[in-house]
Order: sequence, then structure tokens, then C-alpha cells
Amino acid sequence: MPYPSDYKFTKQHEWIKANGKSASIGITHYAQESLGDIVFVDLPKVGSEIAAGTAFGSVESVKAVSDLYAPASGTVTEVNGELASTPEQINKDAHSAWMIKITLKDTGELNSLLSASDYEKFITEEGGQT
Amino acid sequence: MPAVEATTPVIRKTALNRVHRQMGAKMVEFNGWEMPVEYPSAGGIITEHNRVRTAVGIFDVSHMGDIRLSGPEALPAVQHISMNDASRLAVGQAQYSAMLYPQGTFVDDVIVHRLADNEYLLVINAGTREKDFNWVRDNTRQFNCNIENLSDDFSQIAIQGPEGVNLLQKLTNADLSIVKFYWLTRGTVCGLKNTLIARTGYTGEDGFEIYIPADEATSARVWHEILQAGREFGVVACGLGSRNTLRLEAKLPLYGHEISDTINVWEAGLDRFCNVEKPDFIGRTALEESRAEGVKRALVGLEMVERGIARDGYKVLDKAGNEIGYITSGSPAPFLKKNIALAYVPVKSAAIGTTLNVEIRRQGVKSKVVPTPFYRRARKT
Repeated sequence: MPYPSDYKFTKQHEWIKANGKSASIGITHYAQESLGDIVFVDLPKVGSEIAAGTAFGSVESVKAVSDLYAPASGTVTEVNGELASTPEQINKDAHSAWMIKITLKDTGELNSLLSASDYEKFITEEGGQT
Repeated sequence: MPAVEATTPVIRKTALNRVHRQMGAKMVEFNGWEMPVEYPSAGGIITEHNRVRTAVGIFDVSHMGDIRLSGPEALPAVQHISMNDASRLAVGQAQYSAMLYPQGTFVDDVIVHRLADNEYLLVINAGTREKDFNWVRDNTRQFNCNIENLSDDFSQIAIQGPEGVNLLQKLTNADLSIVKFYWLTRGTVCGLKNTLIARTGYTGEDGFEIYIPADEATSARVWHEILQAGREFGVVACGLGSRNTLRLEAKLPLYGHEISDTINVWEAGLDRFCNVEKPDFIGRTALEESRAEGVKRALVGLEMVERGIARDGYKVLDKAGNEIGYITSGSPAPFLKKNIALAYVPVKSAAIGTTLNVEIRRQGVKSKVVPTPFYRRARKT
């Protein structure tokens, strides 16, 4: 699964795709693979504030519960409501199944995130340990 | 170099470990064993679960332990350590039971198989193998009976689901149609003579568990032959993930969750497997006292009413938000398509229909007490 070069990534396995001041956020292919069948997502409401590095929601598979960490700070402008009834979309195509859209507080925050190639290197190393 | 060698806990592997890896299973540590949790290439936990409900799935359960009691006083020995009445077993019959501490709480749950007149096989949990064997040995010294730990002698494969009987019949000369649920037989399976075949399982479905030699080559050969023979029935290999969701739908207890050394038989609702009328057994006195005092908490089934999944260890709250109990096992139920859980709550909150809240990420999420088992198969055997 290729990691899109116009996305940025966190070590907690979220992706963010920015377009000017607005950005979409989801979890990576690697994350959905580790979780297995995803059955539940808990996402913030439109208008809520999220802060880089802190939990903004959670995703659950049959077996596991995992917090979602914000790759960057901002205000939620849209929530992907479809995921409530069809969370398996995340398993099918994690990089197009966005969870929330935000207005970025500071686009500079994106510079500290991993590029696609850095992220791939990171998961190869992490995968090797487990 | 440090003078003291670090003692890393040894993770044990079954004879099928290499096969699981070749099949791309996701491996996890479970009770000291490295086991497959799911096989993503076959579709993962939900597919595995539903295939067992509607067709057939196979599980490596070689991590389970086996203790044989044999000799002139094998029956009195079993009776002393087991709460069910083994004197009711015919040769070739099995029963669910448990071994108890003197206070009426659980050493472990077991399936007692009567292999011959004076020969019994106890199948026990992986995480309690050594504890159980020591318990059996130490508490049966007064009986003229041999106690053997056969845990490492067998690979145990479970073939579970409505098509399990048709699958296994292709591979054995034993007539499976005459083996009823919780009975056993012996026959040639995949060329292995005198193989123990028990119509038992931990999924809430019809199915079989076979006990074959634990060497890697034989185990792998039999595993692949079962998968091959099962293709026409849509067989899939299943991991511990679906084993857990299947047993939860069927309300089969898991040691360390619904039963433990701090939970007694009445609380766990396992009365029907406990025979206080039979000759004395360890735990009986305390259980009779406990019954006279009145049982204070009960294991109940919960179904989530609001959005949320109850998980093991989550708190159960009353309407005012007070903690009144806890979830022992909770999960999405793939076949029932509901979020279900088992929980210990005070008896006064255990009535069917009672609304209880489960604390999920610091919020009370509504659930209700429902009848159990959540899932019950249509019985043919």
C-alpha cells in the first residue's frame, strides 16, 4: 500500500492531508491492518477544538480500542458521518476514508510530522520489533 | 557484562506455530503462548466468526492442557477435585465441570472425559496448566490413582460449526453420526490410528476436538488435510479472536474473566454443573454456606442500547452514576451484530430488562440486562 506523498503522518499512525488552511485527517493503512476489522469510531463534533498530540476520538476493532491523536491543532469543520454506519470503509481504503476535516490553527505544525517515506521507514522498523 | 543473567519469560509455541506464520496469521501472546489471533488473508475475525456459525472453522487449541487420571481409584479422585458428578459418565462421555478451592472459588474450569472404566482425561486451560496439574496431583495423593500431565503430548485441533461433522467424516473411519454432543470416540483420522475424537468445543456450535501427536510434521500435515477436505464446505482457519467472540455469544466462561479464584460457583451461575448431592468434593462446604447466606452478585448479560462497546474491566454504573459492578468480557458480537458484554452486578440489579450504564471513556453509556446465552444454536445433536 503506497503512502501518498502529499500526506503527512504521525508516529501514532494518523495521516493528515492539508490544502491551504484546511486539512483532512484519518488513520493509516498500517493502523487499520494492525487493528483488524474496524467496527466503531468515536469522533468529535463540528466546531470542537483539537490540539496537536492529544486524543480527539477513538477507533475500535473487534479486539482493540485505540485513541486517535491529532496530527495538528485546529477547529473541526466536518465529520465523516458515513463511518458511523460503515466503519469498514477504513479497512477497505484507509487513506481515502477521512474521519474529520479541520481548519488548521498553524500550518507550521505540519513541518514536524513524518513524510510518506519517513513513515514507511518508521513502520518497517516498528513492524520488525513486534 | 552483568553477572546476573536476565530471565526473560519463555513464550511457548504450539507445533503449528510455523504453519500459522506461513498462513499469514497475526500472532499474539496469550497466557504465555504465542498464538494466532486472526488470519487476515482469510478475512479476519468477523469472517472467521460467521463462518463457524454458518459453515465450519478450525482452531489450533494445542495450548490447552491435558491431565490423565487412571487406576482403581480414578473415579473417587476425580469426584474429590471436580464439582460435577463424574459417576454419571458412561465410558465415552464427557462433562463440563470445574475444580474449586476450599472457599468455593475456581482453580479452573475443565472438561472431564471418561476414556475407559478407570481412566479420565481432564482438559484444562492454557494459562493454568502448571497450577492445575499441581493442584490435581497434590489433592489426589490419598487415592490409588496415577496422575499424568499429557499436555505436551498432543496437538489439539478444534473443528467447529454445523459442517464440522461432514468435514471430519471425510477424514475418519469412525461413524460420527452416532457420537452425540459431549461424547467421544476413537478412530483413524488422516491415517492416525486410535485418535481421540470428542464432540466438544468452545464456540456454541456443534463441533469436534481431535487429539493428535504433538510433533510438528504430523500436526502440520493433519491441519492442511483438514483445510483441504473442508474447501467444499468453505472452511477457514480461525484464531483466538473469533474463539473469544464465539464463546462470548454463547456465554461460555473464560478463566480470569467470568470465573477466577475470587468468584464462586453460584455467582458465576454455573449451578447446573455443580452437584452438591454427590460425595464430598473440595469447595462444597463453602458453597453450601454461601448459598445459605445468599448470593450477593450475579453474572448478567448486557446488550448496549446506546452507541458504544463495553470492554473487559469497564465499570458498570447505576442511574445515579455509582459504580456497582464491572464488565468481565465485552465485545461486538459479529453474528448477532450487537455490542454485548458479561458483567458482575448486585443481584438486585440483575433482573432482565434492568437499565445499567457502562462507563466508556468517562461517560455512562446505556445498556440493558438481557437473557443469556446471547446466542443459542438449533440443537440437532
